Amino acid sequence: MAGPEQWTEHFVNVIARASSQLPPDVVDALRRGRDAEAPDSLAQKALDSVLRNIEVAKGNWQPICQDTGTPLVWIHHPVGMSTRMLTAAFEEAVRRATAKQVLRPNAVDTLTDRNTGNGAAPGIPTVHCEEWDSGDVEVHLMLKGGGCENVGAQYTLPNPKLKADRDLEGVKRCILDAIHQAQGKGCAPGIIGACFGGDRGSGFLESKRQLLRPLPDRNPVGELDAMEQEILEKANQLGIGPMGFGGKTTVLGVKVGYLGRLPASYFVSVSYMCWANRRCTARIQPSGEVTWLD
Amino acid sequence: MARLTLPCDEATVRKLKVGDFVELTGRMITGRDAAHHWLMHGFREEVAPYMKNSVIYHVGPVVKKHEDGTYSFVAAGPTTSAREEPFQADVIGRYGLRGVIGKGGMFAKTLAGLKEHGAVYLHAVGGTAQVLAACVKKVETVFQLKEFGVPEALWVIDVEDFPVVVTMDSHGGSLHAEVESASRKKLEELLGLGA
Repeated sequence: MAGPEQWTEHFVNVIARASSQLPPDVVDALRRGRDAEAPDSLAQKALDSVLRNIEVAKGNWQPICQDTGTPLVWIHHPVGMSTRMLTAAFEEAVRRATAKQVLRPNAVDTLTDRNTGNGAAPGIPTVHCEEWDSGDVEVHLMLKGGGCENVGAQYTLPNPKLKADRDLEGVKRCILDAIHQAQGKGCAPGIIGACFGGDRGSGFLESKRQLLRPLPDRNPVGELDAMEQEILEKANQLGIGPMGFGGKTTVLGVKVGYLGRLPASYFVSVSYMCWANRRCTARIQPSGEVTWLD
Repeated sequence: MARLTLPCDEATVRKLKVGDFVELTGRMITGRDAAHHWLMHGFREEVAPYMKNSVIYHVGPVVKKHEDGTYSFVAAGPTTSAREEPFQADVIGRYGLRGVIGKGGMFAKTLAGLKEHGAVYLHAVGGTAQVLAACVKKVETVFQLKEFGVPEALWVIDVEDFPVVVTMDSHGGSLHAEVESASRKKLEELLGLGA
């Protein structure tokens, strides 16, 4: 089995791919959005620019967006592998990717208010290790920009203002409100990850985990699949459009999960991912062979 | 597509209207959260000449330092402007800016400042860091690099054909206010909320 240095090298490659190569399902959705907008509209011109940018970043292996985001990673690993080793290897990979301008020095020490310069600070990056039965390691990385993170929202139900009760209809109302509140500020057209239930922390985390799902992926839970399709359809009636310029393409996808909750609490946590939905999945065999799944 | 050379005068900027596409060529300065805070606490003489009659770009770039000590922009799309709302109108007035480049738009206080001082809000397409970095031909100098770090420093840059859309003009027009209001109406209709 590989040592820390090999894992760091693997993780640097995953980061470089995530930062520069947008997953094909996202590019396809942006192309469809572009074609749906009125010719020569601000919305269509914005998406033309987005699509050109995606090509340049891809060709040059350069960051799609200068805000290379918070690296959030989920690592599935075989029984017995050290999670401390994997975490340390990933942290080192972030520092190395930052030194190579694959990532921007994107971490500020909040107490001293100084940029640490190396991409790492307490809580950054966030590494989640989950043991599984396979002998392979699977890495799911998301680079989540600050602009879209800032427009995430958490609701508690009931919410009289939205006429939202503690039911699926109430959940749907909150998610649509969050999309409206975000306007173009999270770099629309965005992808919505949401979770109902959980506590304030676990709810947001699950909402982000939902964002790892490819856009064409359908929710296996019937009610949630219906909710996802309905929100997507209604959100695109809001007319916010790319960058908030007005238009038909406000949201590219909606992904909803849920967690258990206490009787007293009913949270709806909504995470907004910008169009630059930089996710990357790699499966790494014990031989070191890498298969890219995103 | 209109072309605008920086620095520029007030009369030129007053002609711009919401919805205009503009390509900018010339010298501008970058600045975001830490920079606006700093610009408002005193008058920063060292950067003032770079701001007068030019524009400030809300961006936190990825920057490469070359062996000869010069810099180039690797990735440089706009950051969310809303955070500068408390400061922007005053920064425009104090330093004589003719415009602000960012994304997501700004609000009433800035809109009033644009009208009062003769300036515009120019929206660049968020996330298009490669397309926009390619328009940055030269990094002239940088201020507060050590203090603020790479993303938050004030970079003086020369740009060529830098594409933006006027989304807030000096006559009180705001595309963001229009879209917000229309989409709110639609949301209320979809949710049966009615005022």
